[in-house]
Amino acid sequence: MKLLAFCTRNAKEILRDPLAVAFSAGFPIALLLLLTAIQSNVPVALFEIERLAPGIAIFGLSFLTLFCATLLARDRESSLLQRLYATPLTAVDFIAGYALPILPIAAAQSGACYLTAVLLGLPLSQRVLYAVAIDVPISVLYLALGLLCGSVFTVKQVGGICGALLTNLSAWLSGTWFDLELAGGAFERIAYALPFIHAVELERAVLSGNLQGMFTHFIWVAAYTVVIAVLAIYAFLRQMRKR
Amino acid sequence: MDAIRTEQLTKIYGRTTAVDHLNLTVKQGELFSLLGVNGAGKTTTVKMLACLSAPSGGDAFLNGRSIVSDTAGVKAVIGISPQETAVAPNLTARENLELMGGVHGFSRARQKEKAEELAGRFGLDGILRKRAGTLSGGWQRRLSIAMALIGEPQILFLDEPALGLDVLARHNLWEIIRSLKGKITIVLTTHSMEEADALSDRVGIMQEGKLLAVGSVAALKERTGTERFEDTFLALVKGEER
Repeated sequence: MKLLAFCTRNAKEILRDPLAVAFSAGFPIALLLLLTAIQSNVPVALFEIERLAPGIAIFGLSFLTLFCATLLARDRESSLLQRLYATPLTAVDFIAGYALPILPIAAAQSGACYLTAVLLGLPLSQRVLYAVAIDVPISVLYLALGLLCGSVFTVKQVGGICGALLTNLSAWLSGTWFDLELAGGAFERIAYALPFIHAVELERAVLSGNLQGMFTHFIWVAAYTVVIAVLAIYAFLRQMRKR
Repeated sequence: MDAIRTEQLTKIYGRTTAVDHLNLTVKQGELFSLLGVNGAGKTTTVKMLACLSAPSGGDAFLNGRSIVSDTAGVKAVIGISPQETAVAPNLTARENLELMGGVHGFSRARQKEKAEELAGRFGLDGILRKRAGTLSGGWQRRLSIAMALIGEPQILFLDEPALGLDVLARHNLWEIIRSLKGKITIVLTTHSMEEADALSDRVGIMQEGKLLAVGSVAALKERTGTERFEDTFLALVKGEER
């Protein structure tokens, strides 16, 4: 009951923020519509829906990082956490309470994104459902990043780091908008050393049914998720003890 | 049994000793005010007592439970209303009250029952459906104290409860605090001599992490030969006792 109460509160705080709803659901859909419209007017395969939809679905998760980090940073700054730390909630309750509400939001966001993609011409098959499902474990990487940033940075810093830097990194280094081989060199090497391109390629592999191509990308995403989750838990517990 | 008993309670930050071997007792049902200039160690003391900060040395016992070895036991008997108004802004006043019931492990039915009870007691019925972030400072502070009481604490910590409130809101808040006297033990930290004078059974004056003086307002006035409590406080912290 304790954890449920805290999870419910966190979900309400996120979903009652009109900007959060607009960005998490509206922005990915708007991007899909815009880029599909551009594709229909150019003679080359620039934004094919089969490659675009997985990229946009993953890009949308970067907003969840922003919401998770902002909520936690705001709670830290407002003394609400101080009040809650003096209740019977445990450290596990706090971490789970911030993380768990993000998962259904990620599933809903991914579902809305793929539903739009189907309406725009993505063939409807069971693999679309698998692609939505794989978004949920991938979202753990993004919510761990949110917990880490929210534990370390102020609300203002979170706005800059998660709102601007992370969303741009996630966008440009994910291979969603252009083939990274076109940039090549250091840009491509940096992109492949980060998890974003691997998350997108994992999603694309699931959508296309290319199970052989999944494994390497899955390992990259899983390794980054574990490392960032451990860092996030450490940072959260550290700021909890420092109070 | 004393509600609060500290034994050589100490907090050290780097080279600074914020609380220095504090020995203090607060009786059951008493309203005890902690006073002191900035940096005296009041807030650090309350943070240690509320298990928000671990002591560097010593211990304290709240209704017999150690803040060092039984933090879960201590958290089960305390409530805290922090200095800054600590409410969830996008939740309604009712949802804020129910949240605090929920984190104390109450069932849904019990959460609703306690929220109704506290709303009636604190005159919050008219604002229960409003989001907490849209309420005025006075209403938020009132809600904040009601939230601290949802868990049915035996000991309540109020940190600067009337800070920033206008005269009317402060008067109303004091009435609420007075209504709690005798029912639960209250530790109040404040900079307001008027507030301490109006509400306290006893006050403790801290300076540089140590307890400089402790007693009822009347006893401290007599000890310093002063009439206004502000003069009493100044005489004590400046070492100008009679």
